[in-house]
Amino acid sequence: MITLYDFELSGNCYKPRLLMSILGLTYETVPVDFYPGREHKSEAFLKLNPFGELPVLVDDGLVLRDSQAILIYLASKYDKTGQWYPLSDPAVLAEIAIWHDFANRITATASAARLGLSMFYDVDIEAAQAGAHQLFRLLDEHLWFGEREGRDWLCAPSHPTTADIACFPYVALSEEAGVPRQDYPAIRRWLDRVKRIPGFTVMSGVFPAGPAIEA
Amino acid sequence: MNRPNPYLNDHWHVVAGNEAVASGQPFRTVLFDVPIIIQRLADGLRVTAALAPEKPLPVLERYGFIWTSLGTPMPLFEIPEYDEADRRNMNAGSLGVAVSAPRAIENFLDMGHFPYVHTDILGAEPHTEVKEYDVEVSAERGEVLATRCRFFQPRAATSSAGGQEVEYVYRVPHPYCSVLYKSCPSDENRRDVIAIFCQPVGEERIVAHMLQSLIDDVSTITDMRRFQQTIFGQDKPILENQYPKKLPLDPRAETPIRADKSAIAYRRWLSQMGVNYGVIPLVPRVADV
Repeated sequence: MITLYDFELSGNCYKPRLLMSILGLTYETVPVDFYPGREHKSEAFLKLNPFGELPVLVDDGLVLRDSQAILIYLASKYDKTGQWYPLSDPAVLAEIAIWHDFANRITATASAARLGLSMFYDVDIEAAQAGAHQLFRLLDEHLWFGEREGRDWLCAPSHPTTADIACFPYVALSEEAGVPRQDYPAIRRWLDRVKRIPGFTVMSGVFPAGPAIEA
Repeated sequence: MNRPNPYLNDHWHVVAGNEAVASGQPFRTVLFDVPIIIQRLADGLRVTAALAPEKPLPVLERYGFIWTSLGTPMPLFEIPEYDEADRRNMNAGSLGVAVSAPRAIENFLDMGHFPYVHTDILGAEPHTEVKEYDVEVSAERGEVLATRCRFFQPRAATSSAGGQEVEYVYRVPHPYCSVLYKSCPSDENRRDVIAIFCQPVGEERIVAHMLQSLIDDVSTITDMRRFQQTIFGQDKPILENQYPKKLPLDPRAETPIRADKSAIAYRRWLSQMGVNYGVIPLVPRVADV
Protein backbone atom coordinates (compact mmCIF):
# COMPACT_ATOMS: atom_id res chain seq x y z
CA MET A 1 0.00 0.00 0.00
CA ILE A 2 1.27 3.48 -0.91
CA THR A 3 1.18 6.00 1.95
CA LEU A 4 1.28 9.77 1.41
CA TYR A 5 2.14 12.17 4.23
CA ASP A 6 0.00 15.05 3.18
CA PHE A 7 -1.24 18.58 3.88
CA GLU A 8 -4.42 19.55 2.03
CA LEU A 9 -3.46 23.16 1.23
CA SER A 10 0.02 22.28 -0.10
CA GLY A 11 0.55 22.42 -3.87
CA ASN A 12 3.57 20.15 -3.56
CA CYS A 13 1.42 17.51 -1.84
CA TYR A 14 -1.19 17.97 -4.56
CA LYS A 15 1.32 16.84 -7.24
CA PRO A 16 1.43 13.16 -6.15
CA ARG A 17 -2.31 13.20 -5.32
CA LEU A 18 -3.02 14.41 -8.85
CA LEU A 19 -0.78 11.86 -10.57
CA MET A 20 -2.06 8.99 -8.43
CA SER A 21 -5.64 10.01 -9.26
CA ILE A 22 -4.83 10.07 -13.00
CA LEU A 23 -3.06 6.68 -12.79
CA GLY A 24 -5.97 5.24 -10.79
CA LEU A 25 -3.77 4.25 -7.82
CA THR A 26 -5.22 3.76 -4.36
CA TYR A 27 -3.23 5.09 -1.44
CA GLU A 28 -3.50 5.91 2.20
CA THR A 29 -3.23 9.48 3.49
CA VAL A 30 -1.52 10.47 6.73
CA PRO A 31 -2.54 14.10 7.40
CA VAL A 32 0.31 16.25 8.69
CA ASP A 33 -0.54 19.45 10.59
CA PHE A 34 1.75 21.74 8.57
CA TYR A 35 -0.13 24.85 9.69
CA PRO A 36 -0.70 25.96 12.38
CA GLY A 37 0.85 22.87 14.06
CA ARG A 38 4.26 22.87 12.24
CA GLU A 39 4.19 19.09 12.60
CA HIS A 40 6.63 18.74 9.65
CA LYS A 41 9.31 20.17 11.95
CA SER A 42 8.48 17.79 14.83
CA GLU A 43 11.03 15.24 15.98
CA ALA A 44 8.89 12.33 14.81
CA PHE A 45 8.47 13.76 11.32
CA LEU A 46 12.15 14.73 11.00
CA LYS A 47 12.99 11.06 11.49
CA LEU A 48 10.95 10.35 8.37
CA ASN A 49 12.29 13.31 6.41
CA PRO A 50 15.30 15.12 7.91
CA PHE A 51 14.61 18.01 5.49
CA GLY A 52 11.36 18.73 7.36
CA GLU A 53 9.35 19.10 4.16
CA LEU A 54 6.17 17.69 2.67
CA PRO A 55 5.20 15.52 0.90
CA VAL A 56 6.70 12.18 1.84
CA LEU A 57 5.68 8.99 0.08
CA VAL A 58 6.24 5.52 1.47
CA ASP A 59 5.88 2.49 -0.79
CA ASP A 60 7.06 -1.03 -0.05
CA GLY A 61 9.41 0.24 2.65
CA LEU A 62 10.90 2.88 0.36
CA VAL A 63 10.71 6.39 1.87
CA LEU A 64 10.77 9.19 -0.69
CA ARG A 65 10.78 12.96 -0.28
CA ASP A 66 10.66 15.76 -2.89
CA SER A 67 7.50 16.08 -4.97
CA GLN A 68 9.23 15.76 -8.36
CA ALA A 69 11.23 12.69 -7.23
CA ILE A 70 7.93 11.17 -6.12
CA LEU A 71 6.33 11.89 -9.53
CA ILE A 72 9.27 10.20 -11.29
CA TYR A 73 9.00 7.16 -9.05
CA LEU A 74 5.23 6.79 -9.37
CA ALA A 75 5.21 7.22 -13.13
CA SER A 76 8.18 4.89 -13.70
CA LYS A 77 6.76 2.19 -11.50
CA TYR A 78 3.00 2.35 -12.05
CA ASP A 79 2.21 4.04 -15.39
CA LYS A 80 1.45 1.14 -17.73
CA THR A 81 1.30 3.47 -20.76
CA GLY A 82 4.89 4.57 -20.18
CA GLN A 83 3.90 8.07 -21.31
CA TRP A 84 4.08 10.10 -18.12
CA TYR A 85 7.83 9.55 -17.71
CA PRO A 86 9.05 7.86 -20.92
CA LEU A 87 12.09 5.94 -19.73
CA SER A 88 13.18 4.96 -23.23
CA ASP A 89 13.31 8.49 -24.63
CA PRO A 90 16.42 10.41 -23.43
CA ALA A 91 15.47 13.68 -25.14
CA VAL A 92 12.07 13.80 -23.46
CA LEU A 93 13.56 12.84 -20.09
CA ALA A 94 15.96 15.76 -20.37
CA GLU A 95 13.10 18.10 -21.27
CA ILE A 96 11.14 16.85 -18.26
CA ALA A 97 14.15 17.53 -16.01
CA ILE A 98 14.18 21.15 -17.22
CA TRP A 99 10.50 21.60 -16.32
CA HIS A 100 10.84 19.81 -12.99
CA ASP A 101 13.53 22.37 -12.16
CA PHE A 102 11.19 25.12 -13.40
CA ALA A 103 8.53 23.78 -11.01
CA ASN A 104 10.94 24.30 -8.13
CA ARG A 105 11.51 27.88 -9.24
CA ILE A 106 7.74 28.39 -9.23
CA THR A 107 7.69 27.00 -5.68
CA ALA A 108 10.44 29.43 -4.65
CA THR A 109 8.44 32.41 -5.97
CA ALA A 110 4.67 31.91 -6.42
CA SER A 111 4.36 29.41 -3.57
CA ALA A 112 6.58 31.51 -1.28
CA ALA A 113 4.41 34.60 -1.86
CA ARG A 114 1.29 32.53 -1.14
CA LEU A 115 2.78 31.25 2.15
CA GLY A 116 3.77 34.80 3.09
CA LEU A 117 0.28 36.16 2.42
CA SER A 118 -1.83 33.35 3.87
CA MET A 119 0.33 31.70 6.57
CA PHE A 120 2.65 34.62 7.43
CA TYR A 121 5.94 33.06 6.42
CA ASP A 122 8.80 35.52 6.56
CA VAL A 123 9.08 36.17 2.82
CA ASP A 124 9.85 39.23 0.68
CA ILE A 125 6.41 39.04 -0.91
CA GLU A 126 6.96 41.67 -3.62
CA ALA A 127 10.23 40.10 -4.75
CA ALA A 128 8.61 36.66 -4.83
CA GLN A 129 5.67 38.01 -6.88
CA ALA A 130 8.03 39.74 -9.33
CA GLY A 131 9.97 36.48 -9.68
CA ALA A 132 6.76 34.57 -10.37
CA HIS A 133 5.77 37.05 -13.11
CA GLN A 134 9.17 36.57 -14.80
CA LEU A 135 8.67 32.80 -14.81
CA PHE A 136 5.05 33.08 -15.97
CA ARG A 137 6.14 35.25 -18.90
CA LEU A 138 8.61 32.53 -19.99
CA LEU A 139 6.02 29.82 -19.46
CA ASP A 140 3.35 31.71 -21.40
CA GLU A 141 5.68 32.23 -24.37
CA HIS A 142 6.75 28.60 -24.36
CA LEU A 143 3.11 27.48 -24.37
CA TRP A 144 2.01 30.11 -26.91
CA PHE A 145 4.66 29.08 -29.44
CA GLY A 146 3.87 25.45 -28.65
CA GLU A 147 0.24 25.99 -29.61
CA ARG A 148 1.40 27.46 -32.94
CA GLU A 149 3.42 24.26 -33.54
CA GLY A 150 0.59 21.98 -32.47
CA ARG A 151 2.15 21.17 -29.07
CA ASP A 152 -0.37 21.25 -26.20
CA TRP A 153 1.94 20.31 -23.31
CA LEU A 154 5.21 21.45 -21.78
CA CYS A 155 7.33 18.77 -23.46
CA ALA A 156 7.48 17.57 -27.06
CA PRO A 157 5.21 14.46 -26.94
CA SER A 158 1.56 14.72 -27.94
CA HIS A 159 0.52 13.77 -24.40
CA PRO A 160 1.16 15.28 -20.96
CA THR A 161 4.13 14.19 -18.81
CA THR A 162 5.12 14.59 -15.17
CA ALA A 163 6.44 18.03 -16.19
CA ASP A 164 2.83 19.25 -16.58
CA ILE A 165 1.85 17.80 -13.20
CA ALA A 166 4.89 19.37 -11.51
CA CYS A 167 4.23 22.87 -12.85
CA PHE A 168 0.43 22.89 -12.55
CA PRO A 169 -0.36 23.40 -8.82
CA TYR A 170 1.38 26.65 -7.96
CA VAL A 171 0.46 28.20 -11.31
CA ALA A 172 -3.18 27.28 -10.69
CA LEU A 173 -2.97 28.73 -7.15
CA SER A 174 -1.15 31.90 -8.21
CA GLU A 175 -4.02 34.29 -7.43
CA GLU A 176 -3.60 33.34 -3.77
CA ALA A 177 -0.02 34.55 -4.17
CA GLY A 178 -1.26 37.88 -5.52
CA VAL A 179 -0.06 36.90 -9.01
CA PRO A 180 -3.01 37.24 -11.42
CA ARG A 181 -2.96 35.40 -14.76
CA GLN A 182 -4.79 37.97 -16.93
CA ASP A 183 -1.67 38.63 -18.98
CA TYR A 184 -0.93 34.96 -19.66
CA PRO A 185 -3.61 33.60 -22.02
CA ALA A 186 -1.59 30.56 -23.12
CA ILE A 187 -1.05 29.61 -19.46
CA ARG A 188 -4.80 29.82 -18.87
CA ARG A 189 -5.53 27.52 -21.84
CA TRP A 190 -2.88 25.04 -20.67
CA LEU A 191 -4.37 25.00 -17.14
CA ASP A 192 -7.73 24.07 -18.66
CA ARG A 193 -6.13 21.30 -20.73
CA VAL A 194 -4.53 19.83 -17.57
CA LYS A 195 -7.93 20.03 -15.85
CA ARG A 196 -9.45 17.95 -18.65
CA ILE A 197 -6.99 15.04 -18.33
CA PRO A 198 -9.06 11.94 -17.46
CA GLY A 199 -8.75 11.25 -13.74
CA PHE A 200 -7.95 14.89 -12.88
CA THR A 201 -8.79 15.82 -9.30
CA VAL A 202 -9.00 19.19 -7.52
CA MET A 203 -7.54 20.54 -4.29
CA SER A 204 -8.89 23.39 -2.15
CA GLY A 205 -8.33 26.54 -4.20
CA VAL A 206 -8.40 24.79 -7.60
CA PHE A 207 -11.72 24.42 -9.40
CA PRO A 208 -12.47 21.93 -12.20
CA ALA A 209 -12.90 23.05 -15.83
CA GLY A 210 -16.03 22.40 -17.84
CA PRO A 211 -15.81 20.24 -20.95
CA ALA A 212 -14.04 21.78 -23.95
CA ILE A 213 -16.20 23.05 -26.83
CA GLU A 214 -15.75 20.79 -29.85
CA ALA A 215 -13.94 22.69 -32.60
CA MET B 1 -6.88 56.65 5.93
CA ASN B 2 -10.36 55.52 6.96
CA ARG B 3 -10.63 55.00 10.74
CA PRO B 4 -13.18 52.65 12.36
CA ASN B 5 -16.16 54.35 14.03
CA PRO B 6 -16.43 54.27 17.87
CA TYR B 7 -18.86 51.31 17.79
CA LEU B 8 -16.25 49.17 15.99
CA ASN B 9 -13.36 50.56 17.97
CA ASP B 10 -14.98 49.72 21.30
CA HIS B 11 -14.99 45.98 20.52
CA TRP B 12 -12.43 43.31 21.27
CA HIS B 13 -10.73 42.28 18.02
CA VAL B 14 -8.84 39.04 17.50
CA VAL B 15 -5.14 39.46 16.67
CA ALA B 16 -3.51 36.01 17.03
CA GLY B 17 -3.95 32.38 17.97
CA ASN B 18 -2.65 31.68 21.50
CA GLU B 19 0.00 29.32 20.24
CA ALA B 20 1.31 31.73 17.61
CA VAL B 21 2.83 33.93 20.33
CA ALA B 22 5.80 32.28 22.05
CA SER B 23 7.61 33.76 25.06
CA GLY B 24 10.59 35.93 24.22
CA GLN B 25 9.53 36.27 20.60
CA PRO B 26 7.61 39.47 19.74
CA PHE B 27 4.71 38.70 17.38
CA ARG B 28 3.91 41.41 14.84
CA THR B 29 0.56 41.88 13.18
CA VAL B 30 -1.76 44.66 12.03
CA LEU B 31 -5.21 45.75 13.24
CA PHE B 32 -7.20 48.47 11.42
CA ASP B 33 -4.01 49.40 9.49
CA VAL B 34 -2.16 49.91 12.81
CA PRO B 35 0.97 47.74 13.26
CA ILE B 36 0.93 46.12 16.69
CA ILE B 37 3.30 43.95 18.70
CA ILE B 38 2.25 41.12 21.02
CA GLN B 39 4.67 39.81 23.62
CA ARG B 40 4.34 36.97 26.11
CA LEU B 41 6.20 38.17 29.21
CA ALA B 42 6.72 36.62 32.63
CA ASP B 43 3.74 38.57 34.02
CA GLY B 44 1.43 37.93 31.09
CA LEU B 45 0.61 39.21 27.64
CA ARG B 46 1.52 42.71 26.53
CA VAL B 47 0.02 44.25 23.39
CA THR B 48 1.13 47.65 22.10
CA ALA B 49 0.91 49.67 18.94
CA ALA B 50 4.35 49.52 17.29
CA LEU B 51 4.52 53.32 17.26
CA ALA B 52 3.51 53.69 20.94
CA PRO B 53 5.43 50.91 22.74
CA GLU B 54 5.08 52.55 26.18
CA LYS B 55 1.26 52.46 26.19
CA PRO B 56 -0.22 48.98 26.69
CA LEU B 57 -3.50 48.13 24.93
CA PRO B 58 -6.25 46.05 26.56
CA VAL B 59 -5.66 42.31 26.19
CA LEU B 60 -7.82 39.22 26.60
CA GLU B 61 -7.17 35.51 25.97
CA ARG B 62 -10.38 33.73 25.09
CA TYR B 63 -11.48 30.80 22.93
CA GLY B 64 -7.84 29.97 22.20
CA PHE B 65 -7.11 33.39 20.68
CA ILE B 66 -5.63 36.72 21.76
CA TRP B 67 -7.89 39.79 21.54
CA THR B 68 -7.15 43.49 21.88
CA SER B 69 -8.82 46.82 21.25
CA LEU B 70 -7.86 50.30 20.10
CA GLY B 71 -10.80 51.70 22.12
CA THR B 72 -12.60 50.83 25.35
CA PRO B 73 -13.91 47.33 24.66
CA MET B 74 -17.39 46.19 25.63
CA PRO B 75 -17.48 42.59 26.97
CA LEU B 76 -16.66 39.90 24.42
CA PHE B 77 -19.64 37.77 23.30
CA GLU B 78 -20.22 34.46 25.06
CA ILE B 79 -19.90 30.99 23.57
CA PRO B 80 -21.06 28.97 26.60
CA GLU B 81 -20.53 25.62 24.81
CA TYR B 82 -16.77 26.29 24.65
CA ASP B 83 -16.42 25.52 28.36
CA GLU B 84 -18.27 22.17 28.28
CA ALA B 85 -15.84 19.58 29.61
CA ASP B 86 -16.12 17.01 26.81
CA ARG B 87 -15.70 19.39 23.88
CA ARG B 88 -12.63 19.23 21.69
CA ASN B 89 -11.64 22.89 21.27
CA MET B 90 -9.11 23.84 18.64
CA ASN B 91 -7.72 26.67 16.63
CA ALA B 92 -8.28 25.38 13.10
CA GLY B 93 -5.91 27.95 11.66
CA SER B 94 -5.37 31.66 11.06
CA LEU B 95 -5.28 32.37 7.34
CA GLY B 96 -4.61 35.66 5.56
CA VAL B 97 -7.25 36.51 2.95
CA ALA B 98 -7.50 39.43 0.53
CA VAL B 99 -11.09 40.37 1.36
CA SER B 100 -12.97 42.68 3.73
CA ALA B 101 -14.16 41.24 7.05
CA PRO B 102 -17.89 41.73 6.25
CA ARG B 103 -17.59 39.87 2.92
CA ALA B 104 -16.01 36.94 4.79
CA ILE B 105 -18.82 36.95 7.37
CA GLU B 106 -21.45 37.00 4.64
CA ASN B 107 -19.85 34.02 2.93
CA PHE B 108 -19.82 32.17 6.26
CA LEU B 109 -23.58 32.80 6.56
CA ASP B 110 -24.38 31.66 3.03
CA MET B 111 -25.66 28.14 2.36
CA GLY B 112 -26.45 28.63 -1.32
CA HIS B 113 -22.85 28.01 -2.41
CA PHE B 114 -22.41 24.66 -0.61
CA PRO B 115 -23.12 22.29 -3.55
CA TYR B 116 -20.98 24.31 -5.97
CA VAL B 117 -17.97 25.29 -3.86
CA HIS B 118 -17.90 22.48 -1.26
CA THR B 119 -19.02 19.76 -3.67
CA ASP B 120 -19.63 16.35 -2.08
CA ILE B 121 -18.76 17.68 1.38
CA LEU B 122 -21.20 20.39 2.51
CA GLY B 123 -23.51 20.00 -0.49
CA ALA B 124 -24.14 18.18 -3.76
CA GLU B 125 -26.37 18.64 -6.75
CA PRO B 126 -29.33 18.23 -7.09
CA HIS B 127 -29.83 19.18 -3.40
CA THR B 128 -29.34 22.89 -4.05
CA GLU B 129 -32.41 24.44 -2.44
CA VAL B 130 -31.95 26.76 0.53
CA LYS B 131 -35.17 26.17 2.44
CA GLU B 132 -37.02 28.97 4.20
CA TYR B 133 -35.32 29.95 7.48
CA ASP B 134 -35.84 32.58 10.19
CA VAL B 135 -33.71 35.64 10.90
CA GLU B 136 -33.94 38.10 13.75
CA VAL B 137 -31.77 40.94 14.96
CA SER B 138 -31.61 41.17 18.71
CA ALA B 139 -30.86 44.82 19.42
CA GLU B 140 -30.56 44.07 23.14
CA ARG B 141 -27.83 41.45 22.71
CA GLY B 142 -26.50 43.20 19.62
CA GLU B 143 -26.52 40.16 17.39
CA VAL B 144 -28.03 38.69 14.24
CA LEU B 145 -29.54 35.23 14.65
CA ALA B 146 -30.55 32.86 11.83
CA THR B 147 -32.40 29.71 12.87
CA ARG B 148 -34.09 26.67 11.26
CA CYS B 149 -31.48 26.60 8.50
CA ARG B 150 -31.49 23.15 6.94
CA PHE B 151 -29.33 21.69 4.21
CA PHE B 152 -28.54 18.24 2.84
CA GLN B 153 -24.84 17.53 3.38
CA PRO B 154 -22.96 14.51 1.99
CA ARG B 155 -20.18 14.81 4.63
CA ALA B 156 -21.08 17.35 7.30
CA ALA B 157 -18.04 16.75 9.55
CA THR B 158 -14.94 14.58 10.03
CA SER B 159 -17.13 12.25 12.09
CA SER B 160 -19.85 11.80 9.40
CA ALA B 161 -20.69 8.29 8.24
CA GLY B 162 -22.79 9.47 5.29
CA GLY B 163 -25.14 12.15 3.97
CA GLN B 164 -27.67 13.78 6.28
CA GLU B 165 -30.02 16.74 6.50
CA VAL B 166 -28.13 19.11 8.76
CA GLU B 167 -29.64 21.90 10.82
CA TYR B 168 -27.71 25.10 11.35
CA VAL B 169 -28.06 28.08 13.67
CA TYR B 170 -25.94 31.12 12.86
CA ARG B 171 -25.09 33.88 15.29
CA VAL B 172 -23.35 37.12 14.35
CA PRO B 173 -22.57 38.49 17.82
CA HIS B 174 -19.85 40.90 16.65
CA PRO B 175 -19.57 42.88 13.40
CA TYR B 176 -16.61 40.72 12.27
CA CYS B 177 -17.31 37.39 14.02
CA SER B 178 -19.81 34.62 13.44
CA VAL B 179 -20.60 31.45 15.37
CA LEU B 180 -22.28 28.49 13.74
CA TYR B 181 -24.05 25.61 15.49
CA LYS B 182 -24.67 22.53 13.39
CA SER B 183 -26.13 19.07 14.01
CA CYS B 184 -23.46 16.84 15.45
CA PRO B 185 -23.08 13.53 13.57
CA SER B 186 -22.08 11.64 16.74
CA ASP B 187 -24.74 13.00 19.16
CA GLU B 188 -28.18 14.01 17.92
CA ASN B 189 -28.93 16.05 21.06
CA ARG B 190 -25.98 18.37 20.77
CA ARG B 191 -24.43 20.72 18.27
CA ASP B 192 -20.92 21.21 16.97
CA VAL B 193 -19.69 24.81 17.15
CA ILE B 194 -17.59 26.39 14.41
CA ALA B 195 -16.68 30.06 14.54
CA ILE B 196 -14.88 32.51 12.31
CA PHE B 197 -13.23 35.53 13.94
CA CYS B 198 -12.05 38.05 11.36
CA GLN B 199 -9.12 40.30 12.19
CA PRO B 200 -9.41 43.46 10.10
CA VAL B 201 -5.80 43.96 9.00
CA GLY B 202 -6.97 46.61 6.54
CA GLU B 203 -10.27 47.39 4.90
CA GLU B 204 -9.64 44.79 2.20
CA ARG B 205 -7.40 42.29 4.00
CA ILE B 206 -8.16 40.05 6.96
CA VAL B 207 -6.77 37.20 8.96
CA ALA B 208 -9.55 34.63 9.27
CA HIS B 209 -9.14 32.87 12.63
CA MET B 210 -11.14 29.66 12.89
CA LEU B 211 -12.35 28.00 16.07
CA GLN B 212 -13.83 24.52 16.26
CA SER B 213 -15.52 23.19 19.41
CA LEU B 214 -16.66 19.69 18.52
CA ILE B 215 -18.23 16.61 20.04
CA ASP B 216 -15.97 13.95 18.54
CA ASP B 217 -13.85 11.63 20.64
CA VAL B 218 -12.60 9.62 17.67
CA SER B 219 -10.93 11.99 15.18
CA THR B 220 -7.52 13.52 15.83
CA ILE B 221 -7.07 17.29 16.10
CA THR B 222 -5.07 17.08 12.84
CA ASP B 223 -8.01 15.38 11.08
CA MET B 224 -10.52 17.93 12.36
CA ARG B 225 -8.29 20.86 11.42
CA ARG B 226 -7.79 19.38 7.98
CA PHE B 227 -11.54 19.16 7.44
CA GLN B 228 -12.07 22.85 8.25
CA GLN B 229 -9.01 23.98 6.26
CA THR B 230 -10.21 22.01 3.25
CA ILE B 231 -13.53 23.86 3.42
CA PHE B 232 -11.99 27.27 3.98
CA GLY B 233 -9.39 26.67 1.26
CA GLN B 234 -12.30 26.18 -1.15
CA ASP B 235 -13.92 29.46 -0.05
CA LYS B 236 -10.70 31.46 -0.31
CA PRO B 237 -10.55 32.03 -4.10
CA ILE B 238 -14.26 32.90 -4.10
CA LEU B 239 -13.73 35.48 -1.34
CA GLU B 240 -10.66 36.96 -3.00
CA ASN B 241 -12.47 37.38 -6.31
CA GLN B 242 -15.44 39.30 -4.94
CA TYR B 243 -15.81 42.77 -6.33
CA PRO B 244 -15.97 45.29 -4.79
CA LYS B 245 -13.96 43.83 -1.91
CA LYS B 246 -15.78 46.07 0.56
CA LEU B 247 -19.35 45.13 1.40
CA PRO B 248 -21.92 47.56 -0.05
CA LEU B 249 -24.55 48.49 2.55
CA ASP B 250 -26.95 50.08 0.08
CA PRO B 251 -29.69 47.46 -0.37
CA ARG B 252 -29.89 48.42 -4.04
CA ALA B 253 -26.17 47.87 -4.71
CA GLU B 254 -26.44 44.10 -5.17
CA THR B 255 -29.40 41.86 -5.96
CA PRO B 256 -30.23 39.48 -3.12
CA ILE B 257 -32.33 36.32 -3.47
CA ARG B 258 -34.53 34.74 -0.78
CA ALA B 259 -31.63 32.60 0.45
CA ASP B 260 -29.75 35.82 1.32
CA LYS B 261 -32.15 36.76 4.12
CA SER B 262 -29.43 36.56 6.77
CA ALA B 263 -27.07 38.66 4.65
CA ILE B 264 -29.73 41.34 4.24
CA ALA B 265 -30.26 41.46 8.03
CA TYR B 266 -26.49 41.57 8.58
CA ARG B 267 -26.01 44.47 6.16
CA ARG B 268 -28.90 46.40 7.72
CA TRP B 269 -27.48 45.84 11.21
CA LEU B 270 -24.00 47.08 10.15
CA SER B 271 -25.68 50.15 8.68
CA GLN B 272 -27.65 50.83 11.86
CA MET B 273 -24.49 50.57 13.97
CA GLY B 274 -22.71 53.02 11.69
CA VAL B 275 -20.05 50.47 10.72
CA ASN B 276 -17.79 52.27 8.28
CA TYR B 277 -14.72 50.04 7.84
CA GLY B 278 -14.59 47.26 5.23
CA VAL B 279 -17.93 48.45 3.87
CA ILE B 280 -19.27 50.94 1.32
CA PRO B 281 -21.62 52.92 3.57
CA LEU B 282 -25.16 53.73 2.55
CA VAL B 283 -25.22 57.29 1.30
CA PRO B 284 -28.71 58.82 1.15
CA ARG B 285 -29.52 59.81 -2.43
CA VAL B 286 -30.82 63.26 -3.23
CA ALA B 287 -34.18 61.81 -4.27
CA ASP B 288 -34.60 60.13 -0.84
CA VAL B 289 -33.92 63.19 1.31
